[in-house]
Amino acid sequence: MKFNRLIKTIFLSEFVKGLYLALKFIFKPKATINYPFEKGTISPRFRGEHALRRYPNGEERCIACKLCEAACPAQAITIEAEPQEDGSRKTTRYDIDMVKCIYCGLCQEACPVDAIVQGPNFEFTTETREELYYTKDKLLENGDRWETEIANNIKLDKQYR
Amino acid sequence: MINEYLNIIFLDSLKILSLVIPVLIAVAMIVWVDRRVWGLVQLRRGPNVVGPFGLLQTVADALKYIFKEIVIPAGSNKIIFILAPVVTMSLALLAWAVIPFGENIYVTNINVGILYLFAVSSLGVYGIIMAGWASNSKYPFLGALRSAAQMVSYEVSIGFVIVTVLLCVGSLNLIDIVIAQKKIWFAIPLFPMFVIFFISALAETNRPPFDLPEAEAELVAGYQTEYSGMMYALFWLGEYANILLMCAMGSVLFLGGWLPPIDKYPLNVLPPPIWLIIKIFLLFFAFALIKAIVPRYRYDQLMRLGWKVFLPISLVWVIIVSGFLVYFKMIPTN
Repeated sequence: MKFNRLIKTIFLSEFVKGLYLALKFIFKPKATINYPFEKGTISPRFRGEHALRRYPNGEERCIACKLCEAACPAQAITIEAEPQEDGSRKTTRYDIDMVKCIYCGLCQEACPVDAIVQGPNFEFTTETREELYYTKDKLLENGDRWETEIANNIKLDKQYR
Repeated sequence: MINEYLNIIFLDSLKILSLVIPVLIAVAMIVWVDRRVWGLVQLRRGPNVVGPFGLLQTVADALKYIFKEIVIPAGSNKIIFILAPVVTMSLALLAWAVIPFGENIYVTNINVGILYLFAVSSLGVYGIIMAGWASNSKYPFLGALRSAAQMVSYEVSIGFVIVTVLLCVGSLNLIDIVIAQKKIWFAIPLFPMFVIFFISALAETNRPPFDLPEAEAELVAGYQTEYSGMMYALFWLGEYANILLMCAMGSVLFLGGWLPPIDKYPLNVLPPPIWLIIKIFLLFFAFALIKAIVPRYRYDQLMRLGWKVFLPISLVWVIIVSGFLVYFKMIPTN
């Protein structure tokens, strides 16, 4: 036993095995991706940047029921509402403080009309804190930009709800 | 009279530049090779964004370092602090003067080429000691001490390895050493010495598994801790220039320098310098692979390996080889 070990040490057999393994690993498919150019797949339930959606005719979905505001554990959502000329309830102010937000998705769960959703976008870093205090305009703009993806994700997830 | 001197100075500087610039470019390339190989072994991609295949990554890094602030600690010995990276880098480049790229392609051809090479590569430790001492800080000091002890220990066995090669050649001239390998590369009859040389070269250049002087878990960054900006970059490039030099030394001593493996038609078409470059690259590739697979040695293990394993083995081999040469009357005469 001891002799075996001596032979192994002298001929650096473990070391040669390691070198062989390293050479083999060089030609293996890589575990990483070229991130900014390639992106990993994300689940339809992914909770990223918030968005306010519209109906296909352009009307805002949000009915200012304030359930999301109530559900929000971080109290990141602030809503003010007034009746409109046509008698519907619409928000006049819908702010989300993205710095407070914990991305739990409870606002999306609470919403009865699928108005506030968390989309698939996670690349929304900014250079100043102020830019992360999202207003209604910003949220609606997000909704317009990501509508296809968001609608598809909601459709895919529907069967599990 | 003046004209003659000017001519000599001009021609010599041209010669030197035509060596130093390719070496510097090669250093930039091997830094990339190193990081890329390291990444590939760990199933990552490594730097692949800047330039084709990421080849210009080192250029981008160097540019970044140039624009960074150089911080000189208040308690440091400023002159030595600034001198240390300059010494490291210039010594690493200085030794290239004697490396022969072909029978007539060299900057200088001196009788004691191997001695010069050995001396200059040993002087490399001064840059590190100067950096560690002048920084006036704990970690650089400890790192420099470790580095000094380590380099001195492994130089002893490298010295014996060189002695064995010299016994087989009978000359200290690097060109003679390469020509003596026309029949067979010394890596084959002196294989154990080649292995010892290779591992000692790892220790000599502070490469993993012997990178204790910069073991970040214990010493932050060792002797480089207080350095920033271009001075840090000089250390970093000097280290790689040293590694490249060790690879060149290995290929000249053991792998037949500029000689092709067999002097037959398809192999001897390539010009001699290309063969040397291929060998240097292959040796460096092994360096990079080893960096990826080995864990770091403990300090006492490192010292044990140097003094209790490599020194006796190389000493015994010197005696065996010289005995062999005397018994079979094969002592070379030049």
